[in-house]
Amino acid sequence: MTVGAVRAFNLVLQRELCLSFRRPDQLLQPLVFFLIVTTLFPLGLNLQLSLLRDMAPGVLWVAALLSSLLSLDSLFKSDADDGTLEQLALCGQELTLIVVAKTLAHWLVTGAALVLVSPLVGIALGIPAGAFVIMMSSLALGTLTLSWLGAIGAGLTVGLRRGNVLLSLIVLPLAMPLLVFGAAATDRAITATSAAGPLYFLAALCVLTCTLAPFAATAALRITLE
Amino acid sequence: MWTWFYKLASPPHVYAAAGALTPWFAVSAAAAIGYGLVGGLVFAPPDYQQGDAFRIIYVHVPSAWMSLFGYTSMAVAGAIALIWRIKIGHAVAAATAPIGASFTVLALVTGSLWGRPMWGTYWAWDPRLTSELILLFLYAGVMSLRSAFEDPARGDRAAALLGIVGLVNVPIIHYSVVWWNSLHQAATVAKFGKPDMVGSMLWPLLSMFLGFMLFHGAVLCMRLQGEVLNRERQAKWVREAITA
Repeated sequence: MTVGAVRAFNLVLQRELCLSFRRPDQLLQPLVFFLIVTTLFPLGLNLQLSLLRDMAPGVLWVAALLSSLLSLDSLFKSDADDGTLEQLALCGQELTLIVVAKTLAHWLVTGAALVLVSPLVGIALGIPAGAFVIMMSSLALGTLTLSWLGAIGAGLTVGLRRGNVLLSLIVLPLAMPLLVFGAAATDRAITATSAAGPLYFLAALCVLTCTLAPFAATAALRITLE
Repeated sequence: MWTWFYKLASPPHVYAAAGALTPWFAVSAAAAIGYGLVGGLVFAPPDYQQGDAFRIIYVHVPSAWMSLFGYTSMAVAGAIALIWRIKIGHAVAAATAPIGASFTVLALVTGSLWGRPMWGTYWAWDPRLTSELILLFLYAGVMSLRSAFEDPARGDRAAALLGIVGLVNVPIIHYSVVWWNSLHQAATVAKFGKPDMVGSMLWPLLSMFLGFMLFHGAVLCMRLQGEVLNRERQAKWVREAITA
């Protein structure tokens, strides 16, 4: 039975979300990791709230990048191991469409969840509540971009046995602009200056990856699946 | 129509051509670097502000240029190989990567050596140094991805794709880092109009750049020969070429 492209997209999205919610521990682990890493910084430094607030944007963003990286490995891995990915590639639908659905689902359960948890971390790091909206929107744009970059990296390393470290090695340099603009936006929100500039940059990067990365990730998957 | 092109890209032809080109590149590189070194280290006047310490630019600036040139040519060779399925492109990309990475290391080392007397520290989080460091990480990613696959053909294609993705990202990374912080002196050579350098300083620098390009060509030819031999080790022509 063949289905239309929109229906196929929805089916893959539903399947991915369903699979994620059946394994709540895997959903929670990156979030807990995010909280733990942000706890490490104040413990490792002399605790002064003013100092902490200066460092908060960097700490927040580094922790967000690292915890998103943790979950990237699972993007294609389990489907590649049990052969589902090959079936999806052969099912007659555009592979790009399936990659978009999978990545979007992955972002919803990791990136969007991280955005929702971030106010907790913000309070712990002394970020004023007035900065939360900008902090959360910068994180939303940043994690979505990172999911796309990660989809390319995960597609390239999916066939490898120890691809996890290599995945970080590949994705982290590409993600550095996100850290620069994301931390800048958060920093400006804390100091109550206009964060429009870095936010626009983040949005531009997000649009760029949303349009180009699906094709790159598909090409990557085709290389490793062949 | 394109058959001559494919013939040009056949491994035995490339092996022979690279072997024939190596001495030409090597001799002209030695000449250009020789002129550049003598002109730059002996005849160029000392800088009015930096004294003799500025002379490190004769190594630093060309190697920084070569690091970018190496990455670009690696990505382009990989793209050609990926799109037109010309296998020799993968060999060129694989041979280029370590050379470009070495130039990147050289640029970083000379930059920090220059930074010690000038900035008072070996490492400053200056945008160009930082983006050079990230470029080194990009090289590392491509090189380790290539070697991570058991099937070399797959590793080649994966590395080529990552090279292209990285090439799109290089300007973004560079400008994001520039935006982030600026300490480095602004570009003085690659500017529109007249460069801000006196001729006796500039000509040796350009000669060094040419010399580094030719040196890159020579090393690339030698490495490419090795790559081709390794990739084609099952082929009959290799046995003939070696025993001949």
